[in-house]
Amino acid sequence: MNETGSHAPTIAPPLRGEGAVLRAERLFAEMVAATPRRFQVCAGTGCVSNGSLQVAEALGRATSSPVSITGCHGFCARGPLVRSEPHGFLFTGVRPERVPDLVARLDAGRDPPEDLIFHDPLTGQAHLLERHIPFYHHQRRMTLHNCGVVDPEDIRTYFARGGYSALDRALFRMSPEEVIRAVSRSRLRGRGGAGFMTGTKWELTRQQPGARKYIICNGDEGDPGAFMDRSIMEGDPHAVIEGMLLAGYAVGASEGYVYVRHEYPLAVRRLRRAVEEATAWGLLGPSVLGTRFAYQIHLREGAGAFVSGEETALIRSIQGERAVPYMRPPYPSELGLWGLPTCINNVETLATIPLIIMRGPDWYAGLGTHGSGGTKVFALTGAIQNTGLVEVPLGTSLRHVVENIGGGPRPGRRIKAVQIGGPSGGCLPASMLDTPVDYEDLGATGAIMGSGGLVVADDTTCMVDLARYFLSFTQDESCGKCVPCRVGTRKMLAILTRITSGEARPDDIGRLEQVAQTVRTSSLCGLGLTAPNPVVTTLRYFRDEYAAHVQDRHCQAGACEALR
Amino acid sequence: MPTAPSTTAGRPRKTVYLGDPLSEPPAPDLLSLLDPYRGRSDSVVSVLQALQERYGFLPERAVRYAARELGVPLARMYGVATFYNQFRFTAPARYAIHVCRGTACHVAGSAAILSAMRKELNISEDESTPDGMFSLQTVACIGCCSLAPAIVVNQNVHGTVGLNRAGEILDMYRVLEAEAPR
Repeated sequence: MNETGSHAPTIAPPLRGEGAVLRAERLFAEMVAATPRRFQVCAGTGCVSNGSLQVAEALGRATSSPVSITGCHGFCARGPLVRSEPHGFLFTGVRPERVPDLVARLDAGRDPPEDLIFHDPLTGQAHLLERHIPFYHHQRRMTLHNCGVVDPEDIRTYFARGGYSALDRALFRMSPEEVIRAVSRSRLRGRGGAGFMTGTKWELTRQQPGARKYIICNGDEGDPGAFMDRSIMEGDPHAVIEGMLLAGYAVGASEGYVYVRHEYPLAVRRLRRAVEEATAWGLLGPSVLGTRFAYQIHLREGAGAFVSGEETALIRSIQGERAVPYMRPPYPSELGLWGLPTCINNVETLATIPLIIMRGPDWYAGLGTHGSGGTKVFALTGAIQNTGLVEVPLGTSLRHVVENIGGGPRPGRRIKAVQIGGPSGGCLPASMLDTPVDYEDLGATGAIMGSGGLVVADDTTCMVDLARYFLSFTQDESCGKCVPCRVGTRKMLAILTRITSGEARPDDIGRLEQVAQTVRTSSLCGLGLTAPNPVVTTLRYFRDEYAAHVQDRHCQAGACEALR
Repeated sequence: MPTAPSTTAGRPRKTVYLGDPLSEPPAPDLLSLLDPYRGRSDSVVSVLQALQERYGFLPERAVRYAARELGVPLARMYGVATFYNQFRFTAPARYAIHVCRGTACHVAGSAAILSAMRKELNISEDESTPDGMFSLQTVACIGCCSLAPAIVVNQNVHGTVGLNRAGEILDMYRVLEAEAPR
């Protein structure tokens, strides 16, 4: 960042007292605005593996304009992505060797190179402005509003976007009860999958007696095909920290844990750095912003177990034990970490809280449907044109997401199904694409909202094989504590393997349904209770494919090797 | 003294014998590595992660030392170590290949990539080549779904790996290895 002049007010950490955050916001926002041009290079995991860091280096050599590294811009399919501000141009598929040409043309006021401009595959139309690209303009990016904009390793860029002003408002102008009431009014529901009302969860934890309580941020994003939380932790780590601070203030906790998968090394690094910066700036520590509110955050790396995303298993894991769930009730809000009241929220949920406090609960609730307020982030992947990280208001139709944002099927292909909610979710046929994406409507179809994985399958995907794929995952990840899940998932997997390898017995479909019913009604935790969902929904909507496998020994999609 | 399990997840484990833990003094760096975790009941996972970070795997001797130093039953150490996927009990290969088996990768054909790798390296999952150069494992999802199908070699992600590129990528690392200074 450049200095704005010799008379510019200066500000130094730590921040103390009411309004200090706002002064930081004004100062750093002015600094950003005073920069005539700056480049933002996406350093989400997708773009990094496409070589975006080399692109950033090349930009650093080619121009004197500031070049910053940001979190995920979302449009992963077209990476590496480079945005130039303040114009809002987005360049796609940028290679290091194309950088000098790009910079030279921009400096000379000429048109940027054609090959770095996004062309809509459907219309051939070129779009230079990011907000004109269909992938972006069909979205409402709220929780993601900082992702791809702030430099996750520089807290000043977060201040410049109004960061930590929700904390300032809450600490100096709101009682903890008022914060909880605001969250309840926003009708925000837990974004991790179960969809419990966040305000209610906070209220329950607040009501518990005792001076020691904990906040846990669940960043154990284990669903294969999901990377919402990863992108938020990598792209906007301070929003997660601010959300945890607000949660701590509201429920009366002075310690928080962030539990992150070890498969996400970049998220771990950026969160660690963000905690250090927030501590230096007086936002974490014994006296937050100079008040009597004390708060510290610990970082825990998971060790690779899907079940540890389940809240009671996660508590066990933080305590250094095997991540084996325990029976609820009592819920963690009563009996959580170290036996003390604990409030566990998902990354996306917490990152949304500052927005609700700043822009108001009614504004947030108004974005969604009657039952569920706000927006939801999805990881849109599979057999479509535009894959990436997308955010839409709840109640948006699946068709809007798949066709307008996703750009529809790949050339010559036909969309067959949408798999939503990962291994706990279900497969919906293309005929049900008009289903609105919200907790109630999706629940009625047998699928679930889940954490936000949205995988599109086309006619080359075999639905029986897909069900088998999910079952092999849950079977492998079952912790083995309860019998229905341990034995049931094994039985289901054995039957599905027989069906996909051409050795099905005549009554296998009936047997499969029977076992699925047992597992989904009698398992101990969410893993087992939802494990049959992919099987149950594919049986409901794609029964003819099962029948073809069993009776005709034929796999229409050609995915099952033994049945071609 | 409880004995450590000789198998993990049903497959034979190569025991790395590093001497008698009770008669030999521990390496000084091992002791200092354990210092931050003393007297903390929540440390087992973190200690194991620190050991694996240091040695690349969990040598039996180091686990035994840690158990004794921290006063944690060895059975509990191994109970935790064998529960989580992150921990390994044999030395890693120089190039650890992880084939992503996430949903997007599965739909894009990662099962075929995995069998191509198996054939190319002539090993099964969770095995290493005899020369210790490559090991083959699967990973549930690395969150690079837009690059499906993806594989990770050490820390490097390779995206949109077609069947024909599996061998190409291996060759690239073979060249790297041949050029690496000894």
